[in-house]
Amino acid sequence: MSENKYHHVRPEVIPLLASGELFTSAERQATRYSYAEAILELGERNPDVVVLDADVSKSVGTNKFAEKFPDRSFNFGVAEQNMMAAAAGMATTGLIPYATTYAVFASMRALDQVRNSIHYPRLNVKIAASHGGITPGPDGPTHQGQEDLSLIRAIAHSTIVAGADSPTVKLATWAAAEWEGPVYLSFTRDPVPILFDLDYPFEIGKAVTIRDGTDATIIAIRDMVSQSLVAAERLAAEGVSVRVIDCHTLKPLDVETVLQAAEETGAIVTAESNIILGGLGSAVAEVLVENHPIPMKRIGMRNGFAESGPYLEIVKKYGMSAEHIADAVEEVIARRNQSR
Amino acid sequence: METPRPSMSIEELKQMAATIRCDIIEMICTAKAGHPGGSLSAADIVTALYFRIMNIDPRNPEWPDRDRFILSKGHACPVWYAALAERGYFDKSHLGTLRQINSILQGHPDMHKTPGVDMTAGSLGQGMSAGLGMALSGKMRKKDYHVWVIIGDGEMQEGAVWESAMSAAKWKVDNLTYILDRNHLQNDYCVDTEMPIEPVADKWRAFGWHVMEIDGHNMKEIVEALETAKTVKGQPTIIIAETVKGKGVSYMENVAEWHGKAPCEEEAEIALKEIRECAP
Repeated sequence: MSENKYHHVRPEVIPLLASGELFTSAERQATRYSYAEAILELGERNPDVVVLDADVSKSVGTNKFAEKFPDRSFNFGVAEQNMMAAAAGMATTGLIPYATTYAVFASMRALDQVRNSIHYPRLNVKIAASHGGITPGPDGPTHQGQEDLSLIRAIAHSTIVAGADSPTVKLATWAAAEWEGPVYLSFTRDPVPILFDLDYPFEIGKAVTIRDGTDATIIAIRDMVSQSLVAAERLAAEGVSVRVIDCHTLKPLDVETVLQAAEETGAIVTAESNIILGGLGSAVAEVLVENHPIPMKRIGMRNGFAESGPYLEIVKKYGMSAEHIADAVEEVIARRNQSR
Repeated sequence: METPRPSMSIEELKQMAATIRCDIIEMICTAKAGHPGGSLSAADIVTALYFRIMNIDPRNPEWPDRDRFILSKGHACPVWYAALAERGYFDKSHLGTLRQINSILQGHPDMHKTPGVDMTAGSLGQGMSAGLGMALSGKMRKKDYHVWVIIGDGEMQEGAVWESAMSAAKWKVDNLTYILDRNHLQNDYCVDTEMPIEPVADKWRAFGWHVMEIDGHNMKEIVEALETAKTVKGQPTIIIAETVKGKGVSYMENVAEWHGKAPCEEEAEIALKEIRECAP
C-alpha cells in the first residue's frame, strides 16, 4: 500500500496497519496521561488555568499539576456535583477551570450541574473526562462512559472533543483553553496507538481526512480511529479504497467534510465506542438524511452494556473491531451498488 | 474606585423591605405565576444585603471586585429582581414583564439576561457550590470581595449542599457566607415532616462552619449578623435566619400552597394594603 494515501499518520505506524500489528507493536499511551501532561504545560503558560479534581487525580495524572501549582489545584474528593458547580462559579470570575473526573461521573452524576450551571450560562469551564466509551475495559459497565458523547451532545452550547491519540488529546487540551465557553474533552482509560504527531492540524470543529479513498468513508472518533485505519487496510487488500476521517470534534460537527465524503464516496460507516444512540453515528446520520441520503451504517455499542475484560477483547466481542468496521463498509458499498 | 453605597439606616431598610414586598406582590400578580412565599420570607435579608452590606456598583454590574450574591433558591427571584430594580440596576418598568416572552426577568435567574444577577440558578443545590467557586477564586487572586448565598431549607435536602459544606470548611473560605432562609415550608409540605433537616445548626457546626442564628425579619439582627460574617476568619459562615414563608401577607404566612401560586388582583390588593400598613 502506498504511503501517500495517508495524511498526518506517523510513517512508522503505516506498515503496522496492514500487518495487523498496530495494537501490539505500535507505541501506545492512555490519552488521559497526555491530558495530564498538556495541562501541566498549559499551567505554565496561562495563570488563569486551574485544575479541579474529584479523587481521581492520581489515576488521570493531574496530581502532577497539584504538586507544581498547589494554589491552582482543588481536589473536591468524591463530590463531582460540587466540583462542577464550583467550576462554574470560578469561571464567572475569569478563571479557566478544567474539571477532571471520569466520563460516567462528569456526564451523569453531575449532569444537572453540567447543564444548568455550566452550559445554560455558557461558562468557560472545560470538562476533562477520562474513561470514555468502553476504554476502562476491566472496570466493567459502571465505569464505562458509553453515553457521555450522546448526553453532552444533547445540551445546547456544548462542544465535544475526543482526540484519537495522545498528541491530538494534547492539542485538544490546549485548544480548549482558547475556545470561549464550555468544552467537554474525552480521554481513554486504556492505551491506544499513537497515530499522529504534534504537528497535526488540530482545530476544534474541523474533521481531518487522514486516509484518502474513493469507494466509501469511515468517520471515526476517539479510540475507534485506529480500528478504522486497520479496517481500511484490510479492505485495501481486497481492492476497496476507503477514506478515513478523524472526527475528533463531535460537536460542532464538521458538516462540510461529512457531506464532501458523502458526495465523493457515496457510502459511510461511523465508528465510536459510545452507544450508537445519539453519538457520532446519530450526528452524521442527521446530516446525511437532511442533505444527502446515502447508505450508512453505525458501529458502536448497541443497545446494551458491555462487561469487564481487556479493552481490545471488549471491542471485538461487542462488534466494534476493525473486522466489524470493514464488514460494515462492505455492506454499505453493496447497498449503494444495489441502488445504482 | 468609588462605589455608591447607600448604607441605609435600620428604619430606611425596613421601609425599603416593604417597598420590595409590594414589588414582589405586583410582579407575581401581573405575571399570574411565580413564587411569593419564599420571596417574601427572604425580603428583609436581601434588602439588608443590597442596601447596606454589599460592596457593589449598580452602574458597573460586572465590576471584578464587587461582592457576589447568589440566590440559590432561584425560584424566589422576584425578591432579587425587585431589589436590583430598586437599587438601580435596571428600570423598574421591567418588573411588570416577569416570566413574559422577551423579558429580561426569567422565571428563574439568568445571569446573561438580568443586569446584576451574578449566577444563573434554579436547579436547587447548585448556587452554594458556585459561590464556593467564586470565593476560592477570590482567595486565590487575593481579592477582598465577599460571596453571599441565600439557600432554602427545603433545598438543604439536596446532597450537593453537604458536598459544598464539607469543601468550604476544608478550604477555610471565610469570604463565603450562606444565609439559610429557614421558612419551614417547601413545595409539598412542612420541611420538618417531609424530610427533617434538624438539628440544622448542629449539622453546620459539625461540618466546621461558624454558625449564627437570628430572626430573619428583625432588620437590626440581620444587619449585625451580616456585618459579623464579614469579620469571621478561618472558616465559612452560615446565618440561620428563622423566617416566615409569605411574611407580611396574613393569608400567605405559613401556608404551603403560596410557595408557587400567584395572587389574583383582589388578593394582591389586600396584600399590598397589609404590607403598607405594617411599614414604618
